[in-house]
Amino acid sequence: MPPEPARRDDDLPLAPHPYRVLEAGPETADTTTLALAPVTGEATRAFAPGQFNMLYAFGIGEVAISISGEPARRDRLVHTVRAVGKVSTALAAARPGQVLGVRGPYGSGWPLAGADGGDVVVMAGGVGMAPLRPLVYELYAHRERYERVEVIYGSRSPKDLLYYPELQRWRRRTDTRVQVTVDSAGRDWYGDVGVVTTRLPDARFDPARTTAFLCGPEIMMRLSAQALADRGVAPTSIFLSMERNMKCAIAQCGHCQFGPDFLCREGPVLSYAHLKPFLATREL
Amino acid sequence: MSGPEVGSRHELERGAFPAFLASLERHGYSVVGPTVRDQAIVYGEIHRVEDLPIGWTDRPGAGSYRIERRADAALFGYNVGPHSWKRYLYPAHERLWTAERDASSFTVRPEPTDGPALALLGVRACELAAIQVQDRVFLGGAPDPGYRARRQRLLRIAVQCGQAAATCFCVSMGTGPGVAPAAADLALTELIRPERHYFLVEVGTPEGARVLEGVPLRPAAVETERAAEALVAATASSMGRTMDTSGIRDLLVLQPEHPRWEVVARRCLSCTNCTLACPTCFCSTTEEVPTLSGERVERWRRWDSCFTLGFTELHSGSARRSTASRYRQWLTHKLATWHDQFGSSGCVGCGRCITWCPVGIDLTEEVAAIRATGPPATPEAPR
Repeated sequence: MPPEPARRDDDLPLAPHPYRVLEAGPETADTTTLALAPVTGEATRAFAPGQFNMLYAFGIGEVAISISGEPARRDRLVHTVRAVGKVSTALAAARPGQVLGVRGPYGSGWPLAGADGGDVVVMAGGVGMAPLRPLVYELYAHRERYERVEVIYGSRSPKDLLYYPELQRWRRRTDTRVQVTVDSAGRDWYGDVGVVTTRLPDARFDPARTTAFLCGPEIMMRLSAQALADRGVAPTSIFLSMERNMKCAIAQCGHCQFGPDFLCREGPVLSYAHLKPFLATREL
Repeated sequence: MSGPEVGSRHELERGAFPAFLASLERHGYSVVGPTVRDQAIVYGEIHRVEDLPIGWTDRPGAGSYRIERRADAALFGYNVGPHSWKRYLYPAHERLWTAERDASSFTVRPEPTDGPALALLGVRACELAAIQVQDRVFLGGAPDPGYRARRQRLLRIAVQCGQAAATCFCVSMGTGPGVAPAAADLALTELIRPERHYFLVEVGTPEGARVLEGVPLRPAAVETERAAEALVAATASSMGRTMDTSGIRDLLVLQPEHPRWEVVARRCLSCTNCTLACPTCFCSTTEEVPTLSGERVERWRRWDSCFTLGFTELHSGSARRSTASRYRQWLTHKLATWHDQFGSSGCVGCGRCITWCPVGIDLTEEVAAIRATGPPATPEAPR
């Protein structure tokens, strides 16, 4: 085990730590999965599934990216980056050997402890699978703690599915049902077509004893959470990972406010019971 | 010679004010305070008593501000100008760190946090409250190194308000006009009589006592203390505006669809003036400034405003495209969700946002208009 990382955040809370790119692999046409490790040879920092880091491309800037690797591994930090802006495009183009900056982890994680002994529903849309993958790893690492595990993953097209080989392995497991659906597909697609909520009727779970974890576009999460609530899942047991513009990640820049919360601190994971009135407000 | 004790009260003659300023400098402080510039009373360096706005006052109104001559030669006979002290603790544009790239990695160097110890001269009660509000933002969680260093070497010399402007409502916000004992290092009350111009000086902290060493003082007479109390009481009873803050959190949080947001948006220019003039608004953005060679980069922080389109920019576009949504965010944050985040209101009742709004939007009027339509339908707002 590498040594624990030295902490200097107290001195400089907004300074990135240099991490070297170990691997950089294209995930889809516009996403790349990076494996990083501190240049110092130290261990990566412990994180909870659902947390995020601020990733930094030297000379270009910083963005908030959720952590998508295995929580148990401290020799590598894994992020899946979708190239949409200046910084994320630079990050997605990083090559092995290159040095990027990392600070974090920040924010609330998925409250998995509360799911013990009951059924678990995971619903992901597009790159929303990235912050949910560490949660799935945890579910599998302690599979005996849960009853049924239902995963529903939707994307625009088969080409936009993240972690495709892994998804296939998950689908072969007999202790989980993994449903994959796309908005549109060619004739080589034998899977389901339709939004994620259309897969919910096939999912088997006891609503009274179910905890659900959702990440994807806001409208997908809002409709999925409502569908779960309609089925009888308590809004206090449905968790969403929210996204807003972030600059500091330490509740000082003001950008990520959503209702009373700083999504970098109280979020990004919050319960549907808490979020529902705010999700219903346009342009909040 | 030892200075006066914490909690003690003294009289300082106007004629001895230069000695007081000299003592501040002698104790290592750079003094900043009110001065007249560009037909406004702004904060700047104070080297001599003549740098102060002697004999000037100001008249803040909704969307208007004028300075005028007073009948007397008061040093602190004004209300509040466009500046707030936040520029000294939380600069509008500040370098946070510098990084250099070498063959194998990069190294981040923190920005030095040393600098002059500042004595803020003429801090009003609402402004002391504003500093406390920003303390909770920048020191409450992960402390900001620059803010913390500047704050630790800060001397706050309060001056009690001898008058209230048409835009003042500190009484409604519970922040003034009186400066509570120990809320500042020193608290001055300026008293002007036909035969005598002098100050009551109240010592709030040991550092406040220290900087008075060698300054000619005499023990405060009972009538001086009474006169000072009467002055503050008169100011308290002459507030130009009021705001009913009862249940204000739920009043705003529960009514995001109130039609008033659209009404105010027809006037609001989304210009950001209110947020820049506000002594508590803390939002910022970051700037990455590389050198041409790309080997060295500076990270800067700049005041930002929730009134800009880019503030909520995501890959899907801006989350708050309409002016109504941005005004709603600002006012709801300032007066309501600030309580959730920091345990107090974000408004101290200084009235700057009313004065410096080019169209004179008045938040007290907006709150009253929202309240006028009756209480929210449900009893408890989500938290």
